[in-house]
Amino acid sequence: MWLFLFTELILFGGLFIVYAVYRFTYSNEFALAAKELDTFLGMVNTLVLLTSSLTMAMSITAIQKQNKNLAMLLIGLTIALALTFMVNKYFEWGAKFSHGIYPGGNELINKTNGEILYFGLYYVMTGLHGLHVIIGVIILSVMLYFIRTDHITKDSFVKLENSGLYWHLVDIIWIFLFPLFYLIH
Amino acid sequence: MSTHVLEHNEPDYLQVKSKHKGIFAWILSTDHKRIGILYLITMGIFFSVAVLLGFLMRMELISPGKTIMDPQTYNSLFTLHGVIMIFLFIIPGLPAVFGNFFLPILIGAKDVAFPRINLLSWWLFLIGGLLAVISIFLPGGPVDTGWTFYIPYSIRTTTNVIPALFAAFVLGFSSILTGINFVTTVHRLRAPGMKWFKMPLFVWSLYATGWVQVLATPIVGITLLLVIIERTLGVGIFDPALGGDPILFQHLFWIYSHPAVYIMILPAMGIISEVIPVFARRTIFGYKFIAFSSLAIALFGSLVWAHHMFTVGMSDTAMWIFSLLTFLVAIPSAIKVFNWVATLYKGSIELEPAMLFALAFIFHFTIGGFTGIMQATLALNIHIHDTSFIVAHFHYVMFGGTGFGIFAAAHYWFPKMFGKIFNRQAAKAAWLLIVLGFNTLYFPLFIAGYLGMPRRYYDYLPEFHIYHFISTVGSWILILGLLIMLINFFVALKRGRKADANPWGGETLEWKIQSPPILENFHEIPVVETDPYDYSKYEIDRKESK
Repeated sequence: MWLFLFTELILFGGLFIVYAVYRFTYSNEFALAAKELDTFLGMVNTLVLLTSSLTMAMSITAIQKQNKNLAMLLIGLTIALALTFMVNKYFEWGAKFSHGIYPGGNELINKTNGEILYFGLYYVMTGLHGLHVIIGVIILSVMLYFIRTDHITKDSFVKLENSGLYWHLVDIIWIFLFPLFYLIH
Repeated sequence: MSTHVLEHNEPDYLQVKSKHKGIFAWILSTDHKRIGILYLITMGIFFSVAVLLGFLMRMELISPGKTIMDPQTYNSLFTLHGVIMIFLFIIPGLPAVFGNFFLPILIGAKDVAFPRINLLSWWLFLIGGLLAVISIFLPGGPVDTGWTFYIPYSIRTTTNVIPALFAAFVLGFSSILTGINFVTTVHRLRAPGMKWFKMPLFVWSLYATGWVQVLATPIVGITLLLVIIERTLGVGIFDPALGGDPILFQHLFWIYSHPAVYIMILPAMGIISEVIPVFARRTIFGYKFIAFSSLAIALFGSLVWAHHMFTVGMSDTAMWIFSLLTFLVAIPSAIKVFNWVATLYKGSIELEPAMLFALAFIFHFTIGGFTGIMQATLALNIHIHDTSFIVAHFHYVMFGGTGFGIFAAAHYWFPKMFGKIFNRQAAKAAWLLIVLGFNTLYFPLFIAGYLGMPRRYYDYLPEFHIYHFISTVGSWILILGLLIMLINFFVALKRGRKADANPWGGETLEWKIQSPPILENFHEIPVVETDPYDYSKYEIDRKESK
């Protein structure tokens, strides 16, 4: 599982390289474009995702202590937080779209090349991250079902632990994405 | 290790009953041996298709001008030939077929670490392969970009690039999962006493390959996804009109695809290291050097991607650094060749089919390697860049190297896998034709390329006619040889004599169990006490007989 997570990090690593190259080429335009993003919304999402990692870790501890109901509650909470993240993301993207800032959109096409690239990367990277969140929600729902049906118990919680690791990875990637897109001006 | 083979009357893995019936007993099996055979069958089919495409291309090139097809068809053919051969045959070939079958046996384990993930990677492989095939028949026409999918053409062309890219992406996933599985298996499931330096060299090479698969494949995954996104949404990452950089695609692509070359060649080198000591009856020379050179190749091989791009306009500093690094890869490769030759020295060599293929491997790989050095040299590279010299070079390494490695492995392990022995005379005849045909096919391309014949061209000037003509004749001889080899295998499957447990006198673990192996390989997990290639008893005999 650790190896798999490693490959995921390298997958995003490729995008980080792309980002680094273009940040270097178009540093002024990137700084300008970054001001358009709503740092407050981004921060809320960061907090939401961090909290979900906490509830995830707590649910693993709960199952180790044989507290099935608490574990299920905590997983449910994690899923709810993940969905909150996605809803938040939806409003954020939706607002940008309504301003015509999307690939090929009429507002974006009039901006400088650097800004076009910034938003291109923004959509690609946060989009891919969002996809991972959705996959995470599916995996966690299955885990919830497994706990309910006693597939995951005190003695066999490897599946849950691995799902937890995956979820922390999703969290960590966001921790990198957030400063890159929202904070660096 | 004793040479005594325990014979139990337990059904072997080919006959054993499972809870599924008929074909499902195979395609839902988590037995690593059955999965290996599944790969073998699917890959054999893809290989035959790609050989046919190559044959058609050679027929087109037999004389200048239009011969049997139009240029667009030719472009699709060389793309499909490349995509199928690279993504569906050479990259997965050895690890997926022989690695799956023999890795657990060689280290004394009952199965790989994650049997179900193993089955999943076969399914992904099949789905990816089918997607690639389906993309031919979808409206829009077969993809015509070459297997490298270079930007900007792959964004502009109207053919079915997206299904083909997605197919490659799925295949990448399959490759990553196999890599993870093998690395974990080697770490966790070695039999008691199987220390790192007692592992057979094929295992070492699979281990190094596993790391390359895990570390390099995700990059190409994201790169291919970016091209898909680019085609559908027009984000502009690679589009200069929007500020992007098309050369960035080449960098990202080769960061994976160059290490992928070592995914292809390393397991083949592992096979050769297995075959040579057995048929020379000599303890392999420089075991540790061979083991470490696998890791060194994996490491250096990951740092040399930009030597594919000497002519695209990089800084001079970058060019000579990448040239130097590329030269460095030659060192561990040469270490291996020298060690094989040193093992052969004063051995009592038996020219069995597997050994013949291994020797041909060394011959071709040396030619391929030296011409590789030529291309690492900046000045020469600019002269021969994108000529058929390159085509000849990589066919010498990939087909002459990996392809022959696969054939060597097939002849070496066939009796163990199916419990039947093939006709050795026919196998040797096939070998002769394949070697002859292969060299007749590719050697003229070196000369034509050096004289200026560009690669991937549909048509050419009359002065190159003679080289293309010889080359096409070579392809007929080669295909005849391949056919004889395949028929020989099929006949052996149907009517072959029953094979002994150890027909070649090998010393590694797979020869200690019955052929074909039983469901979980070993009745008891063996305890390993000696080195994998201990032929000292033969060497003492030889000294006494002098």
